[in-house]
Amino acid sequence: MNHLLIAPILLPAIVAPFIIMVVRYHLDLQRIFSIASTVAIAAITLALAAQAADGTVQVYELGDWPAPFGIVLVLDRLSAMMIVLTAVLALAVLLYAIGTGWDARGANFHALFQFQLMGIIGAFLTGDAFNLFVFFEVLLIASYGLMIHAGGATRFRAGVQYVVYNLLGSTLFLFALGTLYAVTGTLNMADLALRVAELPAEDTALLRVGAILLLLVFAIKAAVLPLHFWLPASYANAPLPVAALFAIMTKVGAYAILRMYTLVFGPEVEITAGLAGDWLLPAALVTLAVGAIGVLGARDIGRLVAFGAITSMGTLLTAVALFTPEAVAAALYYTVHSTLAAAFLFLVADMVMERQGGEIAPKPVMAQSGLIAALFFAGAIALAGMPPLSGFLGKLLVMDAARSHDLVWWIWGVILVSSLITIIGLARAGSLIFWKSHGLEPEAQLEGDDTEAPIQEQTASNSALPFVSAFGLLSGLVMLTIFAGPMTDYAEATAAQLFAPQDYLETVLERASK
Amino acid sequence: MEFLVASAVGLLTAAGVYLILRKRTFPVILGLSLVSYAVNVFLFATGRLMVNAPPILNKYEEVAYTDPLPQALVLTAIVISFGMTAVVVMIALGAFLSARDDRIDMLEDGETAKTGEDA
Repeated sequence: MNHLLIAPILLPAIVAPFIIMVVRYHLDLQRIFSIASTVAIAAITLALAAQAADGTVQVYELGDWPAPFGIVLVLDRLSAMMIVLTAVLALAVLLYAIGTGWDARGANFHALFQFQLMGIIGAFLTGDAFNLFVFFEVLLIASYGLMIHAGGATRFRAGVQYVVYNLLGSTLFLFALGTLYAVTGTLNMADLALRVAELPAEDTALLRVGAILLLLVFAIKAAVLPLHFWLPASYANAPLPVAALFAIMTKVGAYAILRMYTLVFGPEVEITAGLAGDWLLPAALVTLAVGAIGVLGARDIGRLVAFGAITSMGTLLTAVALFTPEAVAAALYYTVHSTLAAAFLFLVADMVMERQGGEIAPKPVMAQSGLIAALFFAGAIALAGMPPLSGFLGKLLVMDAARSHDLVWWIWGVILVSSLITIIGLARAGSLIFWKSHGLEPEAQLEGDDTEAPIQEQTASNSALPFVSAFGLLSGLVMLTIFAGPMTDYAEATAAQLFAPQDYLETVLERASK
Repeated sequence: MEFLVASAVGLLTAAGVYLILRKRTFPVILGLSLVSYAVNVFLFATGRLMVNAPPILNKYEEVAYTDPLPQALVLTAIVISFGMTAVVVMIALGAFLSARDDRIDMLEDGETAKTGEDA
């Protein structure tokens, strides 16, 4: 067994309590340990990705129990890609939070951050459905703490809503798992896949209920439309760097949908065939449309980016819902892009928020206005899917994959029109915040300067670190565009692996069959 | 017994959902607890209902046993829901203390208050 596989889960699990118990009162030491741990996790995940790139599936049996009896971690191309994405994003967000001093505005930021990483990476690596639930809870409980970091009445209230919504989602998850267990007698994903395929066709009502319940749970996490209500309020009221990290959390939902509905309830399983896709596709298209309208109607910049994140989930799930290898490859490429783009725009939104408040309205010219405006412009291009950045390629791939689908005109229409609406919404916000502010009356400027002065001073004294991390994410997007060829090759190989799960099943259940 | 357990799960869920739809945090948290009790009982029942059977295999003789896995799952679920309830109580308390109001909706948000003035 390759012990490196469990390292990205164990490392934050050790560092986080260490930060709480040993260096609780030393912010500098906390920062050092947090950065060191995140860098180490990034290095480990890169090494794991290099091992998984040739298509081998690795299994880590916890406690050395063979698969259906013990819990397993499974590393294949998909989980490798997702953990690398998580680690890279986390590093950028962490540097930003340290550079802006966000981590000093409340207690235990770094410990919660490490627990959050542990939960997300665990959810991507686990090969057991109940263990997936447990890691969901780990990432959620850490996210509750991060969401209300630095406090404030509005943030607390949004936090209560977020917690209640997600607790309800967790309960639903347990109902779904219970139903699946009652039908199949197992919760290991590979074993589930075998049992589901063997079930007699006439005795499947309960299984279908379980499958749909599970889809609902993951749809809550992925913020698919009728279940998206938690997202705008929580992302807009959370500290925006934290919201940038949360950009990967909706992808956990998309990942879980992709994993469960290719491995367990795959397209070739008759009793649940089309169950996910038929429901998910219209929901994803409506998500996309509503997200775009939300971008157009948003009145403050946090909400603007939150709705932008919803549009990107809509596009992503539209591709996932087609359940063909080409579409899934497009979805994977778009996952990487949309995570980086949404996180980047959240960071830029935080820069604006720190300097002039969140409202989208002309305000006195802020410090470093030109630079931030340029960053916002780049982020808007990425999020809306305009050339030259990778969002354009991602949307092109998604639309190309939808070509042979029955609803192709609907898909193309919704994607194109909502892209246009998103562009208009982002352009409106950008011109109001960055351009109109230059046209304000001088008196208004003076008046504004008085009230905004303390904040401006504070930001001016900050280091260049926030910009380093923002440019880091931007260069990630640029790299994704330049190396689109290798990246799509990897995504296609991943999709091929997902749609041929025999290898996965054999590797996981190898010892049990002996 | 099946009827008893099934109706207990149903009643707990119904009462929980009703309470979750209230607009103050206290009943909502009570509702969440009720729903999590419901799911615990439900998980327990997924291993089939058995009375007076140990959750242990006996390799020396044929003895009826009950499925031990749901019991382990329920234990995990109980621990997690207990912790989560504690967290949500603390956050709700924080929200109440900072706003002097335990409504769960965002009505007093500047945005919604403004539309109220417009109307």
